[in-house]
Amino acid sequence: MNSAVAGDISILIEKQKLGERIFKIAATLAVLISLGTLTALVVDAFIDGFPRLNWKFLTSFPSRKPQEAGILAALFGSFYVIILTALSAVPIGLGAAIYLEEYAKKNRFSRFIELNVSNLAGVPSIIYGLLGLDLFVRLMGLGRSLLAGALTLALLVLPIIIISAREAIRTVPLSIREAAYALGATRWQMIKDHVVPLSLPGVLTGVILSVSRAIGETAPLITMGALTYVAFIPNGPLSPFTVLPIQIFNWVSRPQKGFHACAAAGIVVLLVVTLFLNALAIFLRNHYQRKISARSL
Amino acid sequence: MCFYVFISMIDPNRKKIRARQEFLIKVLLLFCGMVSVLTTLGIVGVLVFETITFFTRVPIFDFLTDTQWTPLFTNKHFGILPLFTATLLTSVIAMLVAIPLGLLIAIFLSEYVSSDVRRVLKPILEILAGVPTIVYGYFALLFVTPILQKFIPGMNGFNSLSPGIVMGIMILPLISSLSEDAMYAVPQSLRDAAFALGSSRLQVAFKVVVPAAFSGITASFILAVSRAVGETMLMAIAAGQMPNLTLNPLVPIETMTTYIVQVSLGDTPYGTLEYQTIFAVGTVLFLSTLVLNIIGGKLRAHYREMYV
Repeated sequence: MNSAVAGDISILIEKQKLGERIFKIAATLAVLISLGTLTALVVDAFIDGFPRLNWKFLTSFPSRKPQEAGILAALFGSFYVIILTALSAVPIGLGAAIYLEEYAKKNRFSRFIELNVSNLAGVPSIIYGLLGLDLFVRLMGLGRSLLAGALTLALLVLPIIIISAREAIRTVPLSIREAAYALGATRWQMIKDHVVPLSLPGVLTGVILSVSRAIGETAPLITMGALTYVAFIPNGPLSPFTVLPIQIFNWVSRPQKGFHACAAAGIVVLLVVTLFLNALAIFLRNHYQRKISARSL
Repeated sequence: MCFYVFISMIDPNRKKIRARQEFLIKVLLLFCGMVSVLTTLGIVGVLVFETITFFTRVPIFDFLTDTQWTPLFTNKHFGILPLFTATLLTSVIAMLVAIPLGLLIAIFLSEYVSSDVRRVLKPILEILAGVPTIVYGYFALLFVTPILQKFIPGMNGFNSLSPGIVMGIMILPLISSLSEDAMYAVPQSLRDAAFALGSSRLQVAFKVVVPAAFSGITASFILAVSRAVGETMLMAIAAGQMPNLTLNPLVPIETMTTYIVQVSLGDTPYGTLEYQTIFAVGTVLFLSTLVLNIIGGKLRAHYREMYV
């Protein structure tokens, strides 16, 4: 009798061990599938695009002949758009974060702003394109210009900057604030001399992430009316423009194989920039987290 | 104190000036905070205004019930259904990929691996979400579709299966990261109690941790769907631009987002019917994601309240 029970239990244990093994294999497979896709994505773009990637590709305008086409106009367009986006989004985002963390009382109004920011983060990017098209391009009369595109992207990345800046500001210890007040600093003096400098690495992480997001954004800029074929370098904030992802989209959409190679080469450039920025942000975050935990010890 | 009195003696206005300065800065910062509110108002205002104008020219009943979407042809039909089902179809395919894989990975990261492995693996997986979606479009059209075509004869070069699968991988980190956060928040005491009763690790994971973190896990699913619904470039490149009312994943379709891109690529003057259609479609898109985001946000707040 006893041995029968023991036998049942050992069967049960064996069953459970088998279940554990199956789960571990399935989970490992799931991880491998995701990492494998990431690898395939990068390797595929490199294989297709690397032969096409040379100095001439970086310094030529687009062309009807695939072997002569390049990304010069798109590179300059992306660069200018990002600069203008950061210039408009960073001060406003940081200001909003400071207001919410340091000034706003915890009442219905500040909760409303908070809810609003988190909802904006979930709005599809193409909707921002519609806003930009009607508001900046038409109502404000900016036309389909660099400035209109940059302002559209600025609204898009604002929630990212606000959320990360708030997290950074929250990590500044209370003791530092009290010390500043004790020495007679006003609230603003305390903020600008202590809170902002101390939270700068965290703010910077958010800025880098939002720049990396903005570089890769295509849909809102197409929607607000950025061009797909540009054979000149933008000469001012009101100039028409194109950006790297739109140029890539244009090449992918063509049937010719030669243009697909151009698209792949453009993707390699885009991936190198965005992956570098993401890695930088992760590094900064880890570095900064370690510093905080060392301080709290 | 002495020092302060001394300064006040030199410049009695100084305190006043400083108070005014502090006030100005506060107003300026409040304005920065209001920009996000103004953005929301702007989005809603623009969408509502253009959509109402659209509905004065096209009856809302036709918009919701017509089964054809051909605003760019001479024989115009304005039924949103083909675009809506296309978005639904690609999102369902993506979720069929993302939910099982994402949940497996989340349980694995939360209950099985050491914290060192988790610290390395989580950010690497999150890179998937950081890759520009145009890259996924290229990958779906020129890498995944040709492979699928070898196994599924008769599959069109543009279809919803290939971009759907690729989108599933793309939104997977959203599910794995958010679900893992929710599972991590489940108190250790619940696990310990289950282990003490002789549960295996798998039983603890599926019968204790997953049910306890259920609202957080559901929230991650819903937020991932919302992301899938709004995805644009991947669909514009690999799913086609043919408004087909179909659930067949092998033929070209057109999602709501793709339609907006398609019209924007052409030259559409303000005030034309084509111009207004993209706002009407945008409104449906915005409402869909808004509802999903609100439900997702509520569920997330719920699990935070429970254990954190």
